[in-house]
Amino acid sequence: MHSTTIEVNNGVNVTALLGAREALAQAPEAARFTWRASCDWVNGTHSRTSIEGYHGLGEEQHHKTRFVFDTDHPEVFASEDHGPTPVECVLVGLAGCLTAGIAAVAQNREIQLRSVKALVEGSMDIQGILGMDSDVRNGFDEVKVTFEIDADATQEEIEALVAQSQKRSAVYDILTNPTNVAVHVK
Amino acid sequence: MIDGTRYPQCCPARVVTVVVIGAGHAGLAMSHYLGKRGIDHVILERGEVANSWRHERWDSLRLLTPNWQCRLPGLRYAGPDPEGFMTMPEVVDVLRQYARQLSAPVHNDTTVLSVQPADNGYRVVTDQGDWQCRAVVIASGAFNLPAIPALAEELPSFVDSVSPRDYRNPNQLQNGGVLVVGASATGLQLADEIHRSGRPVTLAVGEHVRMPRRYRGRDIQWWMEAAGLLDQRYDEVDDIGRARRVPSPQLVGSADHSTLDLNALSERGVSLVGRLAGLRDGKLQFSGALRGHCRAADLKLGRLLDAIDEWARESGMDDEVDPPERFPPTRVPDAPRLSLDLASGEIRTVVWATGFKPDYSWLHVPVFDRKGQLCHDGGVIDAPGLYVLGLPFMRRRKSSFIHGADDDTRELSAHLAAYLDGQHHAGVTTRQRSVTFA
Repeated sequence: MHSTTIEVNNGVNVTALLGAREALAQAPEAARFTWRASCDWVNGTHSRTSIEGYHGLGEEQHHKTRFVFDTDHPEVFASEDHGPTPVECVLVGLAGCLTAGIAAVAQNREIQLRSVKALVEGSMDIQGILGMDSDVRNGFDEVKVTFEIDADATQEEIEALVAQSQKRSAVYDILTNPTNVAVHVK
Repeated sequence: MIDGTRYPQCCPARVVTVVVIGAGHAGLAMSHYLGKRGIDHVILERGEVANSWRHERWDSLRLLTPNWQCRLPGLRYAGPDPEGFMTMPEVVDVLRQYARQLSAPVHNDTTVLSVQPADNGYRVVTDQGDWQCRAVVIASGAFNLPAIPALAEELPSFVDSVSPRDYRNPNQLQNGGVLVVGASATGLQLADEIHRSGRPVTLAVGEHVRMPRRYRGRDIQWWMEAAGLLDQRYDEVDDIGRARRVPSPQLVGSADHSTLDLNALSERGVSLVGRLAGLRDGKLQFSGALRGHCRAADLKLGRLLDAIDEWARESGMDDEVDPPERFPPTRVPDAPRLSLDLASGEIRTVVWATGFKPDYSWLHVPVFDRKGQLCHDGGVIDAPGLYVLGLPFMRRRKSSFIHGADDDTRELSAHLAAYLDGQHHAGVTTRQRSVTFA
């Protein structure tokens, strides 16, 4: 008889991430990244944004392929619905960021995940974007994220995963804190 | 106290083996061990013994550790109220008596202007003349300068800005609303007393550590000490950088041993907002992460109490103490405010309970990292014969506490003695430290 240990595998290479942390501590300038999206107007409220290159680790980098995203508005906005609304894309970003964080933290804490489901809801009063009431803001007045997680862990450990993921999430930070945004015309 | 012979500044430096900078609890504890080892030393003190406790604390402040825990090498609390918490005048008395008991070689009113490498050691330049020494122990504390965010500069002129170092009591503040920024021990205590003075308080809450004053009938510090948490060493934790940045727990030392937490403040009418994130067009902006920060603190508190309960069970203590309890979750308003227009006049004063940082502007030795933080290994600075004391989690979780000084100064004085011996035998100063210690 011999005992076997079950490897926790959430598909996250924690060793590489921790290695990157060590390496970047020696060369902090390489930690500066610039992410880019280029957008072309198609027609009406329909636009097409592509993502391919970005800057990081001191040089120009490329995704393996070019990713293209159509954004539009639904028919109730008298649009043609060629894609999700831009605000829904923000929800995509938040869901993807928090969930990736959960996987990474779980791997680091040796917790095997079986399933992670997130429902992200962003509420807004469209009187803001329609310019009907200056007291109403354009953006979300509330964002609600509900996780349903099946993992080899207690409820408290799962909640701690979710808390730590928020602590290290870029999109969570972007949504909860103000950012200077400069818009220019060439 | 010995008043060193005064020389005019033009005269050659006085020579001593070790200069200790600062006559607070840590410098005095180091003096105790240096004295026992027969190492000649002086303590240079910019004011008088316990200077920060005398001059840089607010009126109502009491220590966050119970009296029985305020031990120093060769000193135990023997007063009538071991479970009580000392006021600042009481702390000053204790340290003054301790200095007297040690006959500590304190040079009062001596401000260190510069420490720089010099032949076989360091030259310490002060406003009372120079010292030449072989080793320097920095015991000037971790909390010299208030760490105030840059946006404080942009506050409109009709809003006063006050740091906890200058704050004494609510009467010095304008009438009207007060924003307290920061929700660790200082922020909670000041929010409470300012709100009670009739000035409505808004409290900006970021990451924080929630802790009850008493748990299962004992002080929380008793549990932390008994369960070994305070003795946890800096080389035993996964990420010491992170451990050193953990905010100080929300505690208050009061006569009734009550817990001061965000729920208590909410009940009294203090309004909670998220971390102060910006100031734009005269409007303060608060983070929308308040609920997340409170949830994280509640979870962390749960883990701490779980660990304490487990330790109590394993140590067979369950019958001696009250049964385990859990505290209600932190109540957060449904929609905390995200901005506050200063032009409304609602806020007349901002109190920056945003922490302190040490002042090393006089330390002219290349021992800092790119962020200006002192590089040290458990208090052994990355330059031969240079030591530091009393920084958060420096050698142990208790390093910045009064009772943390004993173990740290005992070990670092041993390291220092070994260094002096090695230097004596080698006859030269080397950058390599060959001495080791447990």
